[in-house]
Amino acid sequence: MSLLNAPYERGNFFDEMYAADGNMRPHYRLLAERLGSISVDEFERRRAAVDLAFLRRGVTFTVYNDAEGTERIFPFDLIPRIIPAREWSRLEAGLIQRITALNLFLHDLYHGQKIIKDKIVPAAQVFSAKHFRREFMNFSVPRDIYVHICGTDLIRGGDGAYLVLEDNLRCPSGVSYMIENRSAMRRAFPNLFQSYAVRPVEGYSEELLKALLHIAPAKSDKPSVVLLTPGVFNSAYFEHCFLARQMGVPIVEGRDLVVQNACVYMRTTSGLLPVDVIYRRIDDDFLDPSVFRSDSMLGVPGLVAAYRAGNVALANSIGTGVADDKVIYAYIPRVIKYYLDQDPILPSVNTYLASEAAERKFILENISKLVVKSANEAGGYGMLIGPAAAKGEVEEFRAKVAANPRNFIAQEPIMLSRSPTWCQPGLEGRHIDLRPYVLCGEKTVVTPGGLTRVALRKGSLVVNSSQGGGSKDTWVIAGDT
Amino acid sequence: MKFPPKKDMAAPRAPFSRPQANVMLSRVAHSLYWMSRYIERAENTARLLEVNLQFILDFRGYDDAYPREHWGSILAGSGDEERFGEHYPSADSRSVTEFFAFDLRNSNSILACVFAARENARMIRDQISIEMWETINELYLFLKSRSTTDVWAAGPYEFFQDIKRNSHLFQGLSDSTYSRSEGWEFIQFGKYVERAMMTARILDVKYHILLPSATDVGGALDTAQWQAVLRSASALDAYRRFYVREILPWKVAEFLIFSDSFPRSVHFCVAQVDDFLRRILGESGARPRTEAARLSRRLLANLQSLTIDEVLGDGLHEFLVETGEILDRISDGVVQATMFYPAESSQEDQQLQQQQ
Repeated sequence: MSLLNAPYERGNFFDEMYAADGNMRPHYRLLAERLGSISVDEFERRRAAVDLAFLRRGVTFTVYNDAEGTERIFPFDLIPRIIPAREWSRLEAGLIQRITALNLFLHDLYHGQKIIKDKIVPAAQVFSAKHFRREFMNFSVPRDIYVHICGTDLIRGGDGAYLVLEDNLRCPSGVSYMIENRSAMRRAFPNLFQSYAVRPVEGYSEELLKALLHIAPAKSDKPSVVLLTPGVFNSAYFEHCFLARQMGVPIVEGRDLVVQNACVYMRTTSGLLPVDVIYRRIDDDFLDPSVFRSDSMLGVPGLVAAYRAGNVALANSIGTGVADDKVIYAYIPRVIKYYLDQDPILPSVNTYLASEAAERKFILENISKLVVKSANEAGGYGMLIGPAAAKGEVEEFRAKVAANPRNFIAQEPIMLSRSPTWCQPGLEGRHIDLRPYVLCGEKTVVTPGGLTRVALRKGSLVVNSSQGGGSKDTWVIAGDT
Repeated sequence: MKFPPKKDMAAPRAPFSRPQANVMLSRVAHSLYWMSRYIERAENTARLLEVNLQFILDFRGYDDAYPREHWGSILAGSGDEERFGEHYPSADSRSVTEFFAFDLRNSNSILACVFAARENARMIRDQISIEMWETINELYLFLKSRSTTDVWAAGPYEFFQDIKRNSHLFQGLSDSTYSRSEGWEFIQFGKYVERAMMTARILDVKYHILLPSATDVGGALDTAQWQAVLRSASALDAYRRFYVREILPWKVAEFLIFSDSFPRSVHFCVAQVDDFLRRILGESGARPRTEAARLSRRLLANLQSLTIDEVLGDGLHEFLVETGEILDRISDGVVQATMFYPAESSQEDQQLQQQQ
């Protein structure tokens, strides 16, 4: 039996493969032809081979609070998500517009704060943001770039329009899966790639290195770059190794670095060697125990002093978290308009702020119909999906919102688009999102593709790997079919 | 003419510039070294167990008390006798195999060694070749997927074969996929330190085997025991090619200690240790600058010049134990000279939590 013989239930959602009238979208036709020629057994065999390859290569993430077998593979679905060229060029323009505005916004927040004076964003919202770093007021970051690496979460609603769900401006992860997924697909279905001109994603690491070298202090003619990891027990350690290896730079832990005379060095077998740029995958709080959390064992004492002295560059800069705060998120369309005098190409999800009296009232009255999120949680934690939640849970959140309004926002639930996904014994629709990766160096570059995350549990809208999510390869094709 | 300006206290050593590809973090060097040692240790332990399990089978019924004595002497030679006693009531084929192969409470068991090698490899997986990483990782996944009972039911020989084959595969892949860099020196240094010690231990096992009576010297059991010693060091064929004639105890000892061509002899391994140590520490002069280099030079000189009669005269056991101690001091010295941070174990738990 072939893969596509069984009936597929499109459901009342936007489906990536099938239009509302039940016809297949043109850019999926070649894929369907190829898949149609593969038997279910053959597909299963290839799927098992891919899983085994991931495990062998150690393409895994770490599950916390799990003593036995703490490493798991990120479930991978072999049905790719395809984005035609015209759709992608709009996404690309929208992402570049957004990151450009966000970098201007961050520069303004840490300097003249014109946007506050002009009453576009209220001062209270900025100053109460958990990741606003007032210590860095009037500090100029190299080349005025705050966010060098950005992973923006996009979703498609019922009408198929792309919306920005959130910006990840601190240490976005997942990019290694984007690249590993592609290489797994190439091995599993080499012939598929002959039918489509799929744009490569492998250039990411090179662009990343370029962006990092772009901010190296002027003094060094041969700048040295390192990747700073929290260590082998971090859930993204595989990714840290992967990127360091791809860029050919050392991966270091805090204890490998030392600061002397406001310069950063790494401890090597032949003595101390200078470090110019640090791609850090550690949160602000842990960077430097002498400035932030004094109990941090992961950071480097004196690092911030070296950073302030301009002797070392950090990517991303310290304090970018203020701009991906979920409350500030509600203001981003206005931020784009303010700095660029353009309408946002990619709209945001309509957001209610519990900190505003009128909106809080609306939230509390309609909480069971809304999605409530806490302002600073990630990974799908600290979130209420009203329509799906039990009564007790709803009441719990209602109390939380009332007690600490600044910490909560609410959004209308978006019925994420669905994509056909292999679920024994056939294809079923599962909800997906998309995280493209944007790099800001001399130029701003969006890697064509991204990480498509899929909620593998039937009916689930939560795509996070920690909550039963998987991923798909994302194909941006050179044409429209 | 003016004097040059007065100098201030010296600034920290001016960092010299090297192309980034050559940078070797101390922590990475440390992990390469331990990864290599643990793989070698797992392989030698597998061979030791395999040979002796076979040996016990061959002499089944010879003497009822014999297996217990035999395993007792293996335990004594391993240095883990006490730990064994804490967990097992008596030494027989099953319990000793369990202890040396699968018991994670024994940090030198094959399983513990492979897990430790893999943990070190995982920390530096960006530094080793993908082939090396996959070999270690696959071995780890394979071991994790099998229970002791499974292995025992299937007969442990296949299991030992797997360990040895993977160790050889790993060494072959290191040889053919890893650049001849500083990292290579640490891998080789670790491997030869471990191998020299293991060969010394394997030879020492025979010292602990109590002979029932003097007339048994050269008897069937005695010869078989010496054969087992040779096979434990993968040396039986090499020995035969070298000496051709029958297996004589002092010849076996001589071969395993002094051979300058057999790659598992103590002499051969120490020569490699000395070579890689000099490269790591930059010891190029006629007189060594560091304690580690002095010790290794002296040990090597002894192995080059002593005769087996001298060694037997002073006591084989004493000689082997002392060699082991010196190797320990040499490796500690190299670690200290190139590593910069002591293990801060009290802080490790906290650090582990924050990493997540």
